[in-house]
Amino acid sequence: MTIKSIQEDLIDEFSMFEDWEERYQYMIDLGKTLPLIDEQYKTQDNIIKGCQSKVWVHAEMEDDKVVFTADSDAIITKGIIAILIRVFSNQHPKDIIAADTDFIDTIGLKEHLSPTRANGLVSMIKQLKMYAIAYQTQLN
Amino acid sequence: MFPVEEIRKDFPILQRQVNGKPLVYFDNAATSQTPQQVIDAIVDYYSNYNANIHRGVHTLSQEATDKYEQARLKIQQHFNAKASHEIIMTSGTTHGINLVASGFGALLKKGDEVIVSALEHHSNIVPWQMMCERSGAVLKVIPMNDEGALVMSAYDALLSEKTKLVFVNHISNALGTINPIKDIIEKAHAVGAAVLIDGAQACPHVKPDVQALDVDFYVASAHKMCGPTGVGMLYGKEEWLNKLPPYQGGGEMIAEVSFEKTTYADLPHKFEAGTPNICGGIAFGAAIDYMNAIGFENIATYEHELLDYATAQLLEIDGLKIFGTSKQKTAVISFNLDGIHPYDVGTLLDKMGIAVRTGHHCAQPIMDYFKIPGTIRASIAFYNTKKEIDALAAAVKKAQLMLS
Repeated sequence: MTIKSIQEDLIDEFSMFEDWEERYQYMIDLGKTLPLIDEQYKTQDNIIKGCQSKVWVHAEMEDDKVVFTADSDAIITKGIIAILIRVFSNQHPKDIIAADTDFIDTIGLKEHLSPTRANGLVSMIKQLKMYAIAYQTQLN
Repeated sequence: MFPVEEIRKDFPILQRQVNGKPLVYFDNAATSQTPQQVIDAIVDYYSNYNANIHRGVHTLSQEATDKYEQARLKIQQHFNAKASHEIIMTSGTTHGINLVASGFGALLKKGDEVIVSALEHHSNIVPWQMMCERSGAVLKVIPMNDEGALVMSAYDALLSEKTKLVFVNHISNALGTINPIKDIIEKAHAVGAAVLIDGAQACPHVKPDVQALDVDFYVASAHKMCGPTGVGMLYGKEEWLNKLPPYQGGGEMIAEVSFEKTTYADLPHKFEAGTPNICGGIAFGAAIDYMNAIGFENIATYEHELLDYATAQLLEIDGLKIFGTSKQKTAVISFNLDGIHPYDVGTLLDKMGIAVRTGHHCAQPIMDYFKIPGTIRASIAFYNTKKEIDALAAAVKKAQLMLS
């Protein structure tokens, strides 16, 4: 699936929630259930320090696609990471570089990507793009 | 009975809604809300007598200077300083600490020792670390115990004739612990050391008497005591302020300037380079008037009642742990829910209209001590109510249910 179509799916899914509680409960459940990263990659090198919650990101190249795994010590942050991984992982580097994150706004989670939120997510997206740029350079 | 409903009418912001719910504001230790009386002082300044001070001969400048200096007198009286020139207007507590650290550093030599407490805000740690790096002085730390209180026997052991300066907060921002500053000051003076007290968290709750405390330096911020941001005060004993070199150069702080030699202005202007926050200073005075009209004893009694009520309500929740359980504490409750990250709880509370602070509260050493990433901190002010505490407890229960 393309990044765009995954984003459209997410917008559809989130439109079914009636209020913030359902939306957050869904994210919390996502955060609880998914094994998001292999423990060996939760290293100091892979850590992105937000002021409030920590985020770990690991990237690998499989064929011509980047596979991301990530984790956080806060569960709502982890839920949003699960969403971001669903969108950006298993994609070609050039598609990751070109993608935007406007859908986050549409599904009502914009506040989590505010730089003042200090949860590490803004830096995480930057990091995903940096990995994609690095892998794209290798491919060229 | 404390007239809280009447008082709440003074605060326009308390009428607003957040995320469709009535605002419940429990982040008072970060910044307090502003009563109409202070807002009016700000509007009055810009509407009627906005002008630069201490130099104009025209009427507006005279009026602004008079009001600004009246504010300094109010601050002097409030803190019971001996003279008004012992009050330096600053941009806030952090500015005051940096001013003293910068000047004191010039008086220190290698091997001198300075003492800090384990309960400090980063702003009362980092400027001193920088001072020690420059001067070669050694930084010693008074440890804390599991209740979040300082271990005074360890303080006694740290003091020696090498000790030149001790800096401790009056009340901890992260835990609410009230430190035994009178004792700390007496013991420091016994070995010839000076003491700076960071009063940022104390001034919203108590009225410090700098002469009775015999403290050398005391710093505070207006925005934690119903005043505006960007303004604060430094009290310094005259002898100390005369000893310290100026902090910043510029206008206002000079007597005469030539390219060969500049002589500095007398106190307090020696430490007040540049055009100050004139409006902020005047509004700070209005905030002090406002709080004194309610009365600090009334505030303390009412806040204590709220603290006891909130502590009891929150402790009814399974798996809730309060950090900072000293008997000597102000209306701050720092807590966590078992197995749940404080950030998650704070996020959900915000959705329910409740403002708390989550994280390490700029006091990472305290969080390291308890081996936690942070806490949820509900800090109470005199305009909060028991009904709001009920709303907080209900919201915490709901967040716990959603997250477990």
